[in-house]
Amino acid sequence: MKIVVCIKQVPDTKGGVKFKPDGTLDRAAMLTIMNPDDKAGLEAALRLKDQYGAEVTVITMGLPKAEDVLREALAMGADKAILVTDRVLGGADTWATSQTLAGAIRNLEYDLIITGRQAIDGDTAQVGPQISEHLNIPVISYAQKIKIDGDSVIVERQFDDRYHVLKAKMPCLITALAELNEPRYMTPGGIYDACKAEITVWGRANLADVDDSNLGLKGSPTQIAKASDKVRKGKGEKVNLDPAESVTYIVSKLKEKHVI
Amino acid sequence: MDFTLSKEHEMARALFKEFAEKEVKPLAQEVDETEEFPRVTVEKMAKYGFLGIPVPKQYGGQGCDPLTYVMCVEELSKVCGTTGVIVSAHTSLCCDPIQTFGTEEQKQKFLVPLAKGEKLGAFGLTEPGAGTDAQGQQTKAVLDGDGYVINGSKIFITNGKEADVYVIFAVTGMVEKRGRMTKEISAFIVEKGTPGFSFGTKEKKMGIRGSSTYELIFTDCRVPKENLLGKIGQGFKIAMHTLDGGRIGIAAQALGLAEGALESTIAYVKERKQFGRAISQFQNTQFQLADMATKVEAAKMLVYKAAMAKATQAEYTFEAAQAKLFAAEVAMEVTTKAVQLHGGYGYTREYDVERMMRDAKITEIYEGTSEVQRMVISAALLK
Repeated sequence: MKIVVCIKQVPDTKGGVKFKPDGTLDRAAMLTIMNPDDKAGLEAALRLKDQYGAEVTVITMGLPKAEDVLREALAMGADKAILVTDRVLGGADTWATSQTLAGAIRNLEYDLIITGRQAIDGDTAQVGPQISEHLNIPVISYAQKIKIDGDSVIVERQFDDRYHVLKAKMPCLITALAELNEPRYMTPGGIYDACKAEITVWGRANLADVDDSNLGLKGSPTQIAKASDKVRKGKGEKVNLDPAESVTYIVSKLKEKHVI
Repeated sequence: MDFTLSKEHEMARALFKEFAEKEVKPLAQEVDETEEFPRVTVEKMAKYGFLGIPVPKQYGGQGCDPLTYVMCVEELSKVCGTTGVIVSAHTSLCCDPIQTFGTEEQKQKFLVPLAKGEKLGAFGLTEPGAGTDAQGQQTKAVLDGDGYVINGSKIFITNGKEADVYVIFAVTGMVEKRGRMTKEISAFIVEKGTPGFSFGTKEKKMGIRGSSTYELIFTDCRVPKENLLGKIGQGFKIAMHTLDGGRIGIAAQALGLAEGALESTIAYVKERKQFGRAISQFQNTQFQLADMATKVEAAKMLVYKAAMAKATQAEYTFEAAQAKLFAAEVAMEVTTKAVQLHGGYGYTREYDVERMMRDAKITEIYEGTSEVQRMVISAALLK
């Protein structure tokens, strides 16, 4: 089985969000990590590899610095890594990103593509499903459990207070939730091997069946007017009441704010 | 001279740091309080290869350099001195002598499972009457047919009851050396469960309280001839060589404890208010922190230098002694200052610095006291 996992290098929000004067994210000034949902997707792929045997290829689009997350993925146990990087691909929104990744994946053999549900820097949850559209394969999103059954996958898809069990023929695409699993750590020896491993670097010229009009900033229909740090919640109010009084107090507050 | 870390080392540090924060730190206080060996943590470390970091891949290890191993002990010790020494004693004191002096058969039989973390290692040199004076050994091993019969006891053994494989030193005879009769010491690999090998009392310690420090008792304990490590009479050399490596591990533990105490203190002084100001705004606090950080950095340079010397030099006795001496004394000084800057709270077990100060003391004592390190360093200077 061949599995392609799409991963993204994102700012580590624990280290604080930094902005450029123009309001866009100052990525260079922020610490970076592998997007948590993507890491869960990679772990899911590695578990399928452990269980059924598979070749796991990780792919990312980004600046040359995004090589770091590829090496981390290799140190966790991925077999191959591809970095798609090119100036003309910069400024891509979800549409242009999914077009780029689909263009790269067309060069690969695959049974399964796994992406994270969404990235913590964009929170759109669009890229995975869009890739499946471009490649004309089924998609199962919000996976919380993945099983292989012959030439099909059986996936538990999270849905509000329940989950759906879906079966799809491979090749197909799955988007994974961070809650899917607890990703493994790298190993020290894996790190040494990952640092020596060759990473395939692709540019615009290596993308198959993609029109220039769908790439980079020019191919991005989304316009970001402004980005800002989230508004911090106020301190709130602390009261010490016995349980019965607390209920009355909370209900009165909720009524006051027209919640109930 | 370039002081920047390689990509491998940067990634390895990030790994050890993440593991320490997520898996080790939450248990540190409990391990200290209950004096229970953190078996679950050790199993997790085994799974991720932390118990065979500098061992070549062909023997089940990770094939990394001594600096990577040092950074592992350092990061673990930043949050838990007990966990740091478990890895150090296993790796430096048991894996290393078998890797260096063992036969191919011994490496396959003992080193491979040790490096994979399937088995845990320990080292038995110290006896009630043989601490700094390693020549004062009373434990004897007598050749009897196809094996050696060991009688005697060892004390203060780290990983004592939890280990599976022990490197044990015993007197195998008397030899003439420079006109004087001296004890001939040899090293043996002893497995847990060998008839005649039992455990005595568990030590109740000031610090590193979860590390399972036991007395080992040998009563007509018969080990096969093929468990002799190195040659007969080579024991003292094996012990000294092993301790050179061990001292780098303990230096890394001391460094980690000092760094952990410094980090905790920096966070605390920003929060703690007295006279209407955070105590970080007082010049005394600032100067104390400046001294602590500078000494920690100097210790780190010596420890990393010793690790690099182990990677590139045949002999690193001098570097290891300097690293251990300085890092241990810095650990004691920095953790003591950390408690002082925490005031009354620092004296309570609620705050990590209290434990770190107790943990730090042992780094000035075991695997060669600070006085022994001064003897080693001065002997090299005056030879």
